[in-house]
Amino acid sequence: MKILVCIKQVPDTQKVQVDPETGVLIREGIETKMNPYDLIALETGMQILKKMGGTLDVLTMGPPAAEEVLMEAFALGANEAWLMSDRRFAGADVLATSYTLAQGIQAMGKEFDLILCGKQTIDGDTAQVGPAIAEVLEIPHVSWVKKIESVSKTSLIVQQEQMDVLARIEVSLPCLLTVEKGIVQPRLPSYIKKRMADRKMIHWMTLDQCPDRDPKRYGLNGSATQVERMFEPEASAEAVQWEKSSGENAALLADLLKKKKFIQGGNDHGRIED
Amino acid sequence: MAGLKIDPAKCTRCLLCVQQCPFQALDLLEDQIVVNANCKMCQICMRNCPVQAISLETLQRKEIDKSQYQGVLVYIEHDGEKIHPVSLELIGKALELMKSTNQKVCALMIGDQIKELAQELLWTGVERVYLYDDPALGAFRADCYTEVFADCIEKMKPSVCLVGATTTGRSLAPRVAVRFRTGLTADCTQLKMRENTDLVQIRPAFGGNIMAQIINAHCRPQFATVRYKVMSAAARLQQPQGMIEIGQVTEAMRHSGMVVLERIHQPTENSIEEAEVLVVAGQGVRDQKTLEQIRKLADLLHGSVAFTRPMVEKGWGTVYQQIGLSGRTVKPKLIITCGVSGAIQFTAGMKNSELIVAINKDPQAPIFKLAHVAIVDDVAELLPRLIAELKEESGCLEN
Repeated sequence: MKILVCIKQVPDTQKVQVDPETGVLIREGIETKMNPYDLIALETGMQILKKMGGTLDVLTMGPPAAEEVLMEAFALGANEAWLMSDRRFAGADVLATSYTLAQGIQAMGKEFDLILCGKQTIDGDTAQVGPAIAEVLEIPHVSWVKKIESVSKTSLIVQQEQMDVLARIEVSLPCLLTVEKGIVQPRLPSYIKKRMADRKMIHWMTLDQCPDRDPKRYGLNGSATQVERMFEPEASAEAVQWEKSSGENAALLADLLKKKKFIQGGNDHGRIED
Repeated sequence: MAGLKIDPAKCTRCLLCVQQCPFQALDLLEDQIVVNANCKMCQICMRNCPVQAISLETLQRKEIDKSQYQGVLVYIEHDGEKIHPVSLELIGKALELMKSTNQKVCALMIGDQIKELAQELLWTGVERVYLYDDPALGAFRADCYTEVFADCIEKMKPSVCLVGATTTGRSLAPRVAVRFRTGLTADCTQLKMRENTDLVQIRPAFGGNIMAQIINAHCRPQFATVRYKVMSAAARLQQPQGMIEIGQVTEAMRHSGMVVLERIHQPTENSIEEAEVLVVAGQGVRDQKTLEQIRKLADLLHGSVAFTRPMVEKGWGTVYQQIGLSGRTVKPKLIITCGVSGAIQFTAGMKNSELIVAINKDPQAPIFKLAHVAIVDDVAELLPRLIAELKEESGCLEN
């Protein structure tokens, strides 16, 4: 079985903040790491490989520094790694990103049976790129797969939660899955594999290697959405702040909860008065 | 090529842009500011450059005729028996958006033997329900539902498509948007309509404590997903109005690479989305004893316990109890956050709560910007005292 796992390098910080006085963004930490959900996709792939045999490739799009996550993927057992890096890919939204990755997959010239993605990234949190790649490649997909029940050469049986229903779905190959967090436990990187990995093993791709070389389909040009502005969420208007002793704070809060009738559990919950 | 252009003649090398860039996308190389591949085109550097040395170069785009696309199409999610409330909330929002432009709001419903359910929608104020009712469409499969959705868009030519950000909605919307080569914004927390029918979409951005305002000015339809409990549901009309239009189901729409073998109804756990009162444990809750206090408080208030992402990752709670962008969105009447700092990842999932009480030791915690009642205190100290006060009042004497 030929498996491809799409991974992404994400900032290892949740702390992009705006300075309240100057309105300027404050950045903290420039550490990056592999998107944690992609580690789970990678492990899912490794476990299928153990059963079925075959190869596992990893693909990412990003700046040259994204080599790091590919090196990490080698340490986790990936056979080959592909990096799509080109300034013309910058500023891509879901539409351009999925198109670029799908072009990369076609340029690799391998007929993958299974493409795996993490359920979402921790920096974008949209969970859209996986299904969007499946659409470009015209293959079926199931997102947020909770369990893979069985694997054959032609199909998979997977479980997906939809509201209060657990659906058991048979999906024919080739297909794309995005996997839920609990599906497998990611392994620790192997030091032997890490030592054996070499940057030179990474295949680099630019727009020039893509089957479609029309720059209008990539990066900012190929994106449908535009970010008009970024801003800090507005603060609540009618706030009160208590900075007293724990005893006094507790008494004040208890009074408020009683006044709002939360303590009797009635339905007559009013708003906070000014 | 599109991108940021920095005019070396105007640039004074003040490096303000390098410092301000939230994505480390600007470097000083050989006395020139250069943009690297990290650039997300947020244009903060461009707006803040004191000498206007930075400009945005874009390819000339083909202008589309926006008047060809009118109204809002809302995708209706259901389980064959009832309509998911998020769909009614989206209709409510769509009616509000269309009020000023006087354009129509329509609904799309796909399934098997759902005509009666579709009738329900005529009480909401939609002008038309596009109904695709076929035995082959009983269970959701993203590929064939995409075919149906695409057919409906061709028919209606909506300016906007709204989809609930549920498991299935998030699976379907990206496929349809890509098929029409148009933009899709996930998890919008605010939507507004401009006169030229551009939809202004606001969502938390890049995992940071920052919001992004996004538009889709060159493509139609404009796709957005919105989570459950973010918008307010449409009010029920005095009498039904509008009509149901039966869509023709073709072989292409029945064709799928998937077979749904079984749909097992799971007992719904006490869903935090339905709770009227939530007590949330964040990383400031450091021991099981304090967590026990949180459970007690939730019981006293007839509410449920919820967690932040780091707490769930540490195994203190389940993903079903997790609030935030990677968890659930909630809108309870009362939410008490205990030791929660308030990263936007979290607040995006609860900021519409009616009464927000935040307890945190750190007076600078971002959660206090959102809270109606901000209590600077240690949860481990405050909670036992609060529980004692509340028990006394409710006459509850046992432990």
